[in-house]
Amino acid sequence: MNQAASDIALVASDYKSGLKPVWCPGCGDYSVLQALTKAMASLALKPEDVAVISGIGCSSRIPAYTSTYGFHGVHGRSLALSTGLKVARPELTVICTGGDGDGFSIGGNHFMHACRRNVDITYIVMDNQVYGMTKGQASPTTDPFWDSALTPGGTGVSPFHPLVIALASGANFLGRAFSGDPKGTAAMIEEAIQHPGFSFVQILSPCVTYRPDQKDWRNKVRPAPVEATSDPARAARRLMTDDGFNIGPLYRGEREPFKLNQNNSSTETYDFTGQFEV
Amino acid sequence: MTQELASSRSVSIAVAGSGGAGAMTTGNLLFDVAAKQGWFGTLTRTLGPQIRGGEAAAMVRLTTAPTSSPDDFFHVLLAIDWKNVERFAAEIPLTSDSIIISDVDGGDVPEVISRSGAKIVQLPIAKTAKQIKQGRPNMIALGILAEMVSLPERTLSDMLEKKLGRKGQEAVQSSLDTIKLGRELAADLPVVAKADFEQPAPGERMVISGNEAAGWGAIKGGIRFVAAYPITPATEVLEWMSSALPKLGGSLVQAEDELSSINMAIGGSYGGIPSLTATSGPGLALMTESIGLAVASEVPVVIVNVMRGGPSTGLPTKSEQSDLNIAIYGLHGDAPHIVTAPMAVEDCLFTAQWSVHLAESLQAPAIMLSDQFMGQARAAVEKPEEIDFGTKREVLTEGVEGYERYAVTDSGVSPMAIPGLPGGQYTADGLEHSPTGTPSTQDAHHAEQMDKRLRKLTEFDYADHWAAIEGDGDIAIVTWGSTTGAAREAAERLREFGINAKLIAIRLLSPVQPEKMAAALAGVEKMLVVEQTHSAQFFRYVRAQYDLPCQAKAFNRAGPIIIRPGEIVNEIKNWS
Ligand SMILES: Cc1ncc(C[n+]2csc(CCOP(=O)(O)OP(=O)(O)O)c2C)c(N)n1
Ligand code: SF4
Repeated sequence: MNQAASDIALVASDYKSGLKPVWCPGCGDYSVLQALTKAMASLALKPEDVAVISGIGCSSRIPAYTSTYGFHGVHGRSLALSTGLKVARPELTVICTGGDGDGFSIGGNHFMHACRRNVDITYIVMDNQVYGMTKGQASPTTDPFWDSALTPGGTGVSPFHPLVIALASGANFLGRAFSGDPKGTAAMIEEAIQHPGFSFVQILSPCVTYRPDQKDWRNKVRPAPVEATSDPARAARRLMTDDGFNIGPLYRGEREPFKLNQNNSSTETYDFTGQFEV
Repeated sequence: MTQELASSRSVSIAVAGSGGAGAMTTGNLLFDVAAKQGWFGTLTRTLGPQIRGGEAAAMVRLTTAPTSSPDDFFHVLLAIDWKNVERFAAEIPLTSDSIIISDVDGGDVPEVISRSGAKIVQLPIAKTAKQIKQGRPNMIALGILAEMVSLPERTLSDMLEKKLGRKGQEAVQSSLDTIKLGRELAADLPVVAKADFEQPAPGERMVISGNEAAGWGAIKGGIRFVAAYPITPATEVLEWMSSALPKLGGSLVQAEDELSSINMAIGGSYGGIPSLTATSGPGLALMTESIGLAVASEVPVVIVNVMRGGPSTGLPTKSEQSDLNIAIYGLHGDAPHIVTAPMAVEDCLFTAQWSVHLAESLQAPAIMLSDQFMGQARAAVEKPEEIDFGTKREVLTEGVEGYERYAVTDSGVSPMAIPGLPGGQYTADGLEHSPTGTPSTQDAHHAEQMDKRLRKLTEFDYADHWAAIEGDGDIAIVTWGSTTGAAREAAERLREFGINAKLIAIRLLSPVQPEKMAAALAGVEKMLVVEQTHSAQFFRYVRAQYDLPCQAKAFNRAGPIIIRPGEIVNEIKNWS
């Protein structure tokens, strides 16, 4: 981005790298990319001041499709990469991305601790209730009776409820979006980025290849019947009756974010000799 | 005996006691005062498995010249009590020339100790302490030992003021009074060491632990971000850095586990801030996948691994060198990276700083293998010289059209764009990639990127820091890490016997340096490979990685019984 160009308002397409995604035609993740780039454009973020971080999975391919800085790490550790980057470089906007397997299974422990640590980063999970990249195994959010080659007849295990866990663990902003509504998704990402502390957005993003049944999500999702709250107890009550298809912001917390040191510099010196002299 | 010991170049003293007896305090104060007076040396400790209040022994070696070696035996063992002494008796070798001092009211000297044939002196330690209000037996012990190594009263009282002052004047006075009675108790005991040298000028000497030195060296190298998950015996590296970093605008985060801490460190470094984490074997095992990520994505990061005995949770408080294999071979795929090892407490400073230099210069992960023995030991040393490696990461300074983060260069190092730089945007990737960073499974990309990642390590000039090579001869003692101390002393003793032995102690374990090693081994006919592992990991590594123009033999042993110089001397003398 040269000086002249940066004076002109950027549009969503300026935040795309132009690299052709590996995703299947019809994959929900295309719309998430659309929504993410739109959100960055409407916040007028400088692409060089943003880092999009991910783990491994179809959804985790997203960083390379943006024109910001990116890091495609290993499976399940994107939140740790993001936390390190944000703590070391507080002035950057750090957006962590990935799938439900990446974030809630192999990365589940980091998810809880990122929520409670409340570092000012935004976590976007493209939840398709399946492991897409490894060709169709159950993830933590998969229905217990969903049949797969690895777990014929289903896992028989209750699904994980990411918003409940996030709320209980201390995340500061919670919302659910549907990739079939890129405009609504963009608005939610925008709000999540702006909200201080750890923001978590669960995006229902269908896997057309391994979960063709998810094409029906379009008919199932509905705007959440109630306004977002800043009271964790109310948010918890709402989640108790949640069937997974209420779309919209749920919780806007007011917790103090993790305190970031604004002065990470590698040039200053300090003499520690006195500590050890005899 | 007195005269003989007093004139020797070194004296070794162990202070043992059960939980709460204060043996460590006695050892530490004795050591600090001796260091102030001008003695060099090391204080190591052995601890039981208890979290708090287990039996402990402080093991002090005082020497007239710098050394990082233990001696073969202890001249003095002072037991404040004998509880659980059998658990570490083997770590305190005694001979018939040694002196055992114990409490008359503390029962018989246990057989594991008395069978050494050492002279036994029983003194009323606890009873005498009771004469002073709040008097503690460990201060009687300090008095006895201070007398035996002729430590001046003034130096001792100054040190006590400094170390115990915050407990109040009364506590200091009570300790001083108790120490005095201890000195009187020692009236008939031999003087085992006497300083016949001048007290060094203030600030000339330092007392530092290996873990502190590693943290300090890392900071000197430029580390400003640390992600931490506690583990014995590495925690002190992290704790020391936690209070040191803010003084330089740096920061530390406590992570939820090592999978996280390594990735946080990689994230911080990707952001342009030199980053580190420290751990021990179990944590290193968890980190290996992500260290591979740092290799592939070319993000510099330093991992200080303070080794303890394994496998699994192993021996958390005891030293070993058995993480060598995992550090060198533990990463999946072909993953060229740096493995370094300090050779002594004070060398943790140099080697940590150098490791940061290598990681930053080569945009690769560097694992530094320290160990419990030197990590938790305190050493009295000469103040180290300031070193400037001119450490600088090669970064992109101005955005360019079509920037190639992983450009194939002659050196193998390519300029790294740091987030915030306009026009430098790229995606770092652990997937194999083309020069721009775009994921690629093409054979040509894989080959050129593999070559590049290896080339930057092999082409680099490691100068003569790769190893310490001392002496000449047709016999070489080849070692690494904290066994270097014993190996060096063994080589010195052999020279006195008229056997020319050469010391080769390797600081750079990976990448290997075949030409330099060949030069070091020129003229060597036999090499003894010394290490603290059960399976001779280092011996196998040396044989696999280097052409050896000579006979090679391993002298190895699992922890926790450390290798002593006399054993190496015997091994070589008996090798015909
Ligand atoms: C350590 C490790 N284990 C397993 C894998 C294989 N793997 C790759 S992606 C993936 C699951 C991805 O699922 P999800 O995060 O839901 O993403 P999606 O592909 O559905 O977008 C797995 C198990 C891996 N890359 N690394
Ligand atoms: S497998 Fe599923 S998640 Fe992966 S790209 Fe195809 S549709 Fe998307």
